[in-house]
Amino acid sequence: MYRYDEFDETFVRERVAQFRDQVRRRLDGAITEDEFKPLRLKNGLYLQLHAYMLRVAIPYGTLSAHQLRQLAHIADRFDRGYGHFTTRQNIQFNWPQLKDVPEILDLLADVEMHAIQTSGNCIRNVTADQFAGVAADEIEDPRPVAELIRQWSSAHPEFSYLPRKFKIAVTGAAHDRAAVLVHDIGLRIVKDSVGEVGYEIIVGGGLGRTPMIGKVVRDFLPKRELLAYLEALMRVYNAEGRRDNKYKARVKILVHEIGIEEFRARVEAEFAGLDKSTINADPEEQARIAAYFASPTYAALPASDPALEAQCKANPAFSAWLDANRFAHKQAGYAAVTISLKPIGGIPGDISGAQMRVVADLAERFSFGEIRATHAQNLVLPHVAERDLFALWQALGDAELSTANAGLITDIIACPGLDYCALATARSIPIAQALSNRFADPERQRDIGELNIKISGCINACGHHHVGHIGILGLEKRGEESYQITLGGDATENAAIGEILGPGLTAEEVPDAIERLVETYRAERLPGESFIAAVRRLGVAPFKAAFLQETHHAAA
Amino acid sequence: MSAKLPKLPVILIANDLLTGDVVVMGAEGWSRDPFAARIAEDAATAEALDAAGRTEMARNTVVDAYLVAAERRADGLAVPTHFRERFRILGPTVRPDLGKQAEFSRLAARNV
Repeated sequence: MYRYDEFDETFVRERVAQFRDQVRRRLDGAITEDEFKPLRLKNGLYLQLHAYMLRVAIPYGTLSAHQLRQLAHIADRFDRGYGHFTTRQNIQFNWPQLKDVPEILDLLADVEMHAIQTSGNCIRNVTADQFAGVAADEIEDPRPVAELIRQWSSAHPEFSYLPRKFKIAVTGAAHDRAAVLVHDIGLRIVKDSVGEVGYEIIVGGGLGRTPMIGKVVRDFLPKRELLAYLEALMRVYNAEGRRDNKYKARVKILVHEIGIEEFRARVEAEFAGLDKSTINADPEEQARIAAYFASPTYAALPASDPALEAQCKANPAFSAWLDANRFAHKQAGYAAVTISLKPIGGIPGDISGAQMRVVADLAERFSFGEIRATHAQNLVLPHVAERDLFALWQALGDAELSTANAGLITDIIACPGLDYCALATARSIPIAQALSNRFADPERQRDIGELNIKISGCINACGHHHVGHIGILGLEKRGEESYQITLGGDATENAAIGEILGPGLTAEEVPDAIERLVETYRAERLPGESFIAAVRRLGVAPFKAAFLQETHHAAA
Repeated sequence: MSAKLPKLPVILIANDLLTGDVVVMGAEGWSRDPFAARIAEDAATAEALDAAGRTEMARNTVVDAYLVAAERRADGLAVPTHFRERFRILGPTVRPDLGKQAEFSRLAARNV
């Protein structure tokens, strides 16, 4: 894992001291709320429906056991004993008091964490594949470059007042688990024809009220050129992105309005004029960063553990958990394991302080002290020896953390929605809970197979509903909560924006409508065909018919 | 004078600056108890509440103070007419153990 050097440490500590002073001046009345708001947002502090909310960055989703224990401490001491993992691999505390926030930031700094640039019109926390450094299909670990971008973008003076927020995601694998096609910039680590490793650069993707799939702006960029190229791209956006209308201010709108060819030409012109040597990272510095992400020292183990088969036979629940939550590791005899934060009927992404401590302890016992947060609001232990899987499963079960549903229909992404969020137009969590309860039966979930339901409580799309195989968007209609259902979205390398199926539904109508979509799939699927593959083959029509039929029925 | 008042009657709602907690303006000033809300039935009282909100924001006691349309229930509770504000004075609907609903027993039934 990356460790702060003296500059990182000083930078973060200075920010805490500055914020402490800003809070003091706010409480003294020396600065107004209008003056204070941008300052608190730069430090991840929002004001939500019931209280302040602090969003803490988890760079590229990598956490140590030590850090998770500190988050548990903060949850218990300053919050209400829990935290909420978000779709940007961050964690949010829902109840901090303003007066305590400087102290919380100090506690975060003690474990090399902060809340800087988790809000505001700047380059946000860089996200990455949760299986970075572990996946067998990976060209290279994306975290060193994510860390490099973090360092380059943190308090970058030129990019601290962008037209709008800016989100970057990186993947090093062929299968995209980081949703790089729906970010402002997506980076794919690729090899060129002679085997040199570099980046494919994608720009202008995004969700929100104008969902767009990103476009390739550069097929291949040599690794050493990355920061200069990003600087050129950011300059074009910073100069030409719209500042007159916040709904048209993201880079996706600029790319859409001038076209990718023109955008590319402007970036290349800017790039050509830069003194690249003053911007690109020193290869020694890149190597220093990369060294922090070296693999742990694995034991030499057989490819599969002979005891596993017997354990599976004796414990069907363990076997089901392995099927859903085990991910193939590049190292023989190891697995990466998803810890689902989606118990049946639970709140997606929520975890208690006590559970955080359990995960931290288990990470130390079984995963070299390392944990990942996923954009699907789960956790991952990235390096578990196969021979430890059974003991791990038992220990997770004791803490109610062994739900066997990673990637299945009850592994639902949901933003906090109107239960917490001041921007929301409807609740998200109760919809997730109702669907989780409706599809609780483990056998039925396995039969349905991979199916991503994603729920947002407003058009800003924190719950990624546009790219859900089934997306649900909560809106307000005539003074009531109303839910719009989309079908066919995809967040991977086959990225697609879901299509709206029909008129909005009441909360009560949602589970039946989703069930009709699922039953249409079950009736129409080919052997081994996943839900999204069936939707692509069949088109939306049969699903739409099933969706509308029953709606009309109910209205009649 | 504010541009436009919500439909009467109204209450004044805000977040406490220091804690972020939802507060209502009552007869004795800000209160954390929704039952303490002063209900403005007429335009003049509503204007006065609105002005108080602006004054209080300027005094840095609260942030985001605004009038909310509400209906008086038989037991005296002013229940906001919009669901967003109802959730706000109660707490998260998915965590009945948190927020005002957990703290003030008269709200606990969540029948608002």
